[in-house]
Amino acid sequence: MALLHTVNKSPFERNALSDCLRRAKDGSAVLLIEDGVYAALEGTFATDEISSRTGSVNFFALAPDIEARGLGNKPLIDGITLVDYGGFVDLVEEYSSVQSWL
Amino acid sequence: MDEYEDDEFDGPVKKFMFVNRKAPYGTVYALEGLEVVLIAAAFDQDVSMVFADDGVFQIKKDQETSGINMKNFSPTFRALEGYDVEKVYAEKESLEARGLSEDDLVIPVEVLSSSELAELMDTQEVVITF
Repeated sequence: MALLHTVNKSPFERNALSDCLRRAKDGSAVLLIEDGVYAALEGTFATDEISSRTGSVNFFALAPDIEARGLGNKPLIDGITLVDYGGFVDLVEEYSSVQSWL
Repeated sequence: MDEYEDDEFDGPVKKFMFVNRKAPYGTVYALEGLEVVLIAAAFDQDVSMVFADDGVFQIKKDQETSGINMKNFSPTFRALEGYDVEKVYAEKESLEARGLSEDDLVIPVEVLSSSELAELMDTQEVVITF
């Protein structure tokens, strides 16, 4: 069974995303929440972290956190699926357990 | 009575620089930092405001926070001018690393390189980072 990883820290300030991706197995999911959603931006110093794994890991970002931070009109990395709070709950149900990279 | 009639601040005026380095909603630093800047300005201090590192995200346009039940305080940055805070800077390297440009920002800023910012920081009497 595959894990759902959640990352809530900005990739420009903390290593939480890198630490997560180093341990995330192919077929697992990574959901970006809170300040973690900054990692979803296209064209940043952190973009490669995610774009190099989109073929093997399922990436999601929480839309209300994207909108709150004014990122809704900015290009996001191809292969990231936006979800709402209901979608978050669905992911928790779908994967075997949740690993929070606080 | 006389002492209450004049509400102008006539104490010492110092050169204050406030350096905003945090993203807006993940922690309370950004909101609290903005409050402190407005207070310093209300006391007629010589205030400079800098957005660097994740702090540049504080002034990103189009923030819409109804979905996370938090106050969108980005419009408050537009009030800085009314408090005579006119020295507002953003660091070039921080914007570029995050894929942002001046067009993405909610207020006009002067964009400075890290080395220009270092020079400016050197001329301050008080530097406070949030």
